[in-house]
Amino acid sequence: MGNVPCAVKQCLSYQQLLREHLWIGDSVAGALEPAQESAQLSGFPEYVKIVEVGPRDGLQNEKVIVPTDIKIEFINQLSQTGLSVIEVTSFVSSRWIPQMADHTEVMKGIHQYPGIRYPVLTPNLQGFHRAVAAGATEVSVFGAASESFSKKNINCSIEESMKKFEEVVKSARHMNIPARGYVSCALGCPYEGNITLQKVTEVSKRLYGMGCYEISLGDTIGVGTPGSMKKMLESVMKEIPPRALAVHCHDTYGQALANILTALQMGINVVDSAVSGLGGCPYAKGASGNVATEDLIYMLNGLGVNTGVNLYKVMEAGDFICKAVNKTTNSKVAQASFNA
Amino acid sequence: MATVRKALPRRLVGLATLRAVSTSSVGTFPKRVKIVEVGPRDGLQNEKMADHAEVLKGIQKFPGINYPVLTPNFKGFQAAVAAGAKEVAIFGAASELFTKKNINCSIDESLQRFDEILKAARAASISVRGYVSCVLGCPYEGKISPAKVAEVTKKLYSMGCYEISLGDTIGVGTPGAMKDMLSAVLHEVPVTALAVHCHDTYGQALANTLTALQMGVSVVDSSVAGLGGCPYAQGASGNLATEDLVYMLTGLGIQTGVNLQKLLEAGAFICQALNRRTNSKVAQATCKL
Repeated sequence: MGNVPCAVKQCLSYQQLLREHLWIGDSVAGALEPAQESAQLSGFPEYVKIVEVGPRDGLQNEKVIVPTDIKIEFINQLSQTGLSVIEVTSFVSSRWIPQMADHTEVMKGIHQYPGIRYPVLTPNLQGFHRAVAAGATEVSVFGAASESFSKKNINCSIEESMKKFEEVVKSARHMNIPARGYVSCALGCPYEGNITLQKVTEVSKRLYGMGCYEISLGDTIGVGTPGSMKKMLESVMKEIPPRALAVHCHDTYGQALANILTALQMGINVVDSAVSGLGGCPYAKGASGNVATEDLIYMLNGLGVNTGVNLYKVMEAGDFICKAVNKTTNSKVAQASFNA
Repeated sequence: MATVRKALPRRLVGLATLRAVSTSSVGTFPKRVKIVEVGPRDGLQNEKMADHAEVLKGIQKFPGINYPVLTPNFKGFQAAVAAGAKEVAIFGAASELFTKKNINCSIDESLQRFDEILKAARAASISVRGYVSCVLGCPYEGKISPAKVAEVTKKLYSMGCYEISLGDTIGVGTPGAMKDMLSAVLHEVPVTALAVHCHDTYGQALANTLTALQMGVSVVDSSVAGLGGCPYAQGASGNLATEDLVYMLTGLGIQTGVNLQKLLEAGAFICQALNRRTNSKVAQATCKL
């Protein structure tokens, strides 16, 4: 490819090219009309809502216990990037997930900016009440399409878990608190292997039916590929409208963006991701976890899809948290942009 | 996919047709994809390359496998032939500035040099593969027009290259740009003669490759363990990892003929030799450490 010195990255044209791709952008829709038009022409949604799960799903899988004040600062930084949904923490027992032991302090400590939603995980009624007392105004419940995973993860069957979630969602609706549902193992389970389409559809439908406004379909161990993503979505979309669906792809086998692209082509316009690709995979030692928000935004910007998110600010928040947990970022965009 | 393409007139199509193509293309893929492994060359290039003659002479050549080598000029071509090469590759670019900085001449001049190689190769019954760099962006010029890529590709094809590999050299491309570029090139060159060579510098390689497959491309370049960095972005990754590509293709039910386990072993071998970590996510996930 030729021996060109690294100094070329200072070249104005290259900077210009990157600026066009790493688009700073405003949240003002008007400025994006030509791009939106081209996104429409290619069969992609005009706008994609990114649900940032770094502080919860990301940190949950990091070994280093992050101090409470760092978590709060991290979330406050994310609030300034244009992200409209940031999952803050999980109201689970600290015995199960020590990283989330400070859930109440974090929830109380963050600055809740107007227009941004701060959902928290609430596995049961007890967690739900604690979350509300701490100031939560949106909750999430975590189901799975695999009996074995449900048993190992939350120590009960799918049916038993659904009953618990029903209690939570019912109480939430009673208090006008929106509830989001997650379905883990939508494309494969670390214990059972293949998961049937019927099971994923059944669990999703159950959560949607009990009142969850959105169902996030998770490729928990990242084994999915565009073919299996397509089949799964086709099945679920027979029961749930695409506007109520999201995808949560893990990048364990490097398939996340390709899977997300497939989901977008099928009409999904909500995508979960974690800044810096935080979080490993508890089922594959040494493997990566969540898809990196930066890399997702890069792709969406290139496609002319509006996200309202400032990529540079996300990279800064990513840099902050990586230094705090003493690890290198999993985001390729960040790796390419933060030069030595 | 072929039926859909025949329905498209070779002009700008209406919005409705475009929408129809995009939604129907979600599930249409080639049945078989040829993977061109560029690890030993493009991957290791960032390490050192002075021993090319010894390597070519030293490797065991298995029947049914092609072992192409890069020949930037006529002298290189002659040396390759002397060392036993049966296939060579020439490297063009869709950017004037890149060509100037890289091989110190204009695109037209470079094509004239390649023509010399192609004529000699034809006379010696040696196949020639053409590469076009910077198809989705140039580190010097920035944006590259799809029309320019189509022009250079067409010239290489008409000069006699049996296949043209379109390279996103700095990995800046995204699926939309890949689609626009391929649409332009497909007006000039049949899809059977095209390959894509995506770099993963911004994590977009597999998504871009998927887009190319959806458009009928069935030859993909990749590098075992994702070998090779990017000389234009320090610390950044380079090639798409063959393991991750094979994983996706297998999941899509596309035949490659490649044994993933053996590939992982080769990747582990070279990473150990280079004392570096693999860039392949599949390898990282299957590592038992």
